[in-house]
Amino acid sequence: MNDSPIRRPDERAGLLLRELYRRHGYQSYRMSKFEPYDLYARNKSFLVSENILTFTDTDGRLMALKPDVTLSIIKNIQPSGQALEKVYYHENVYRTSPAAAGYREIMQTGLECTGALDLSAMGEVLALAAESLALLSEEYLLDLGHVGLVSGLLAEQESLEDGVRTALLGELGRKNAPAIRSLCAQAGLEHGLSEKLCRLSRLYGPPAQVLPQLETLAGGHEAMEALEELDGLCRILERLDLLERVRLDFSIVNDMRYYNGVIFRGYLPGLASGVLAGGRYDNLLRRMGKTGGAIGFAVYLDQLERLDQGGDYDVDVLLLYDPQDDPAAVAERARALAAEGRSVRVERAVPQRLRYRELVRFSEGGQM
Amino acid sequence: MELLNIALPKGRLGEKVYARFKAAGYPCPSIEEENRKLIFENPEAGVRYFWVKPSDAAIYVERGAADIGVAGKDILLEYEPEVYELADLGLGKCRMCVAAKKDFRDRMDRVLRVATKFPHIAGGYYASLSREIDIIHLNGSIEIAPILGLSDVIVDIVETGKTLLENDLEPKETIVPISARLIANRVSYKFKHEQIMELCRRMEALSEKG
Repeated sequence: MNDSPIRRPDERAGLLLRELYRRHGYQSYRMSKFEPYDLYARNKSFLVSENILTFTDTDGRLMALKPDVTLSIIKNIQPSGQALEKVYYHENVYRTSPAAAGYREIMQTGLECTGALDLSAMGEVLALAAESLALLSEEYLLDLGHVGLVSGLLAEQESLEDGVRTALLGELGRKNAPAIRSLCAQAGLEHGLSEKLCRLSRLYGPPAQVLPQLETLAGGHEAMEALEELDGLCRILERLDLLERVRLDFSIVNDMRYYNGVIFRGYLPGLASGVLAGGRYDNLLRRMGKTGGAIGFAVYLDQLERLDQGGDYDVDVLLLYDPQDDPAAVAERARALAAEGRSVRVERAVPQRLRYRELVRFSEGGQM
Repeated sequence: MELLNIALPKGRLGEKVYARFKAAGYPCPSIEEENRKLIFENPEAGVRYFWVKPSDAAIYVERGAADIGVAGKDILLEYEPEVYELADLGLGKCRMCVAAKKDFRDRMDRVLRVATKFPHIAGGYYASLSREIDIIHLNGSIEIAPILGLSDVIVDIVETGKTLLENDLEPKETIVPISARLIANRVSYKFKHEQIMELCRRMEALSEKG
């Protein structure tokens, strides 16, 4: 993607991604920057960060600058029998991050697929997630997990307190096996379960290597179904030649009040955190009084500027002219240089902070 | 193969931690020489070490400047960095305690004034007890706060209790045991998976031996 005329990696990625989704029949979805605050307040734990930027509209209603796109889309979709609703978006969201003080504007591109989901629809979304990452870097990794495996294991523990459950999921997310062991011991859970959770937290690798190990870890009906689904999805990705960069990881845990099935994250080498996040979230639909399934993902474009390796020079050519030079001839010369595919800055004196590859003086007609 | 970047906490704990890495097969002769350098490489062992302030180690790892690092559980609880916590090294063992003057009488009808370097941990602990507190965030010499009447109690790390004793204070409650943890950046864990897991296995084997 380096020969594109657009230099900034985030802008270029935004265009390439939208084109990819459009080619697969997804429809562009544009939304308003603001939504009534209520929508988010009711679903706070679905959001990445709970802080929401609010203001009072002219009619006195409390409004919010949208911290999330998915909620707005789900609010507006109408379920329609067997047919699916497929949309993509490219929007700014406003949220805080633990690393930065205050609110930030984050550009995100993504898609949502809702309705009567089957393996085929989920496979398409996963494949598009993999292809999205491939557009950003050849060395991407797509981590794939499934909520059903962990919730299947924990479902058998009916007396498990909510607090312990949340703590266990937190430690699973940190891959902290010693803490999982001690939490299980404190809660009086059997040793076998504790060891299964520990092993699950540490499992990481290509599907061909990890899937066989899962059979001994999956307990109960829910977990077996999850396993079957993962297996089916991996087959689809394999057929599309997209399995090579997929890794299974069961430490990806999201709030189970919203997420149910597969869950995935995308990473690029050189970026300290993930650039893509997605999963299946039927439970959110249910909470909003809708039926059917939903799966989708978002690509966070704000981080991509870190990938920009160029930037040693501001311009290729600095063209200097004198006051007595013919303005038309100077303009013509600048146009000719630009036509060679080089960037040209026209100045009468060398700007202090400008870094240029080559200096050309108009009066000398040549190079220095 | 790319080197593993490892953030070590400066100071006494760091020396012990490095000794553990060395015993696990990741020595770096240049780090053992007396000098003021901060970064040390040993390409043969595949590692690059650097010394950082103990409370910063988790930040280097979270942001990916270090692939792995060693940080105290106190720091991990206080700042909750987004990292993987792979092993308890069993080094630097101590506990997070509530301490007060020996003759301190806890009056439940008042807001408790708590001086601490760890406002997040202290706040969480008292919230779990539904106790209203006034947090006084200090950066050092916490022990003098109750003596001067700045606070009723302190929440701090206690290793032997000697400093407390010398200042007429004593630990009243233990909040959580603390030790040094091996942490990994979440993205490095994926891209340098084999290297990190091998190191983790060797370090764990040594921790179990004690």
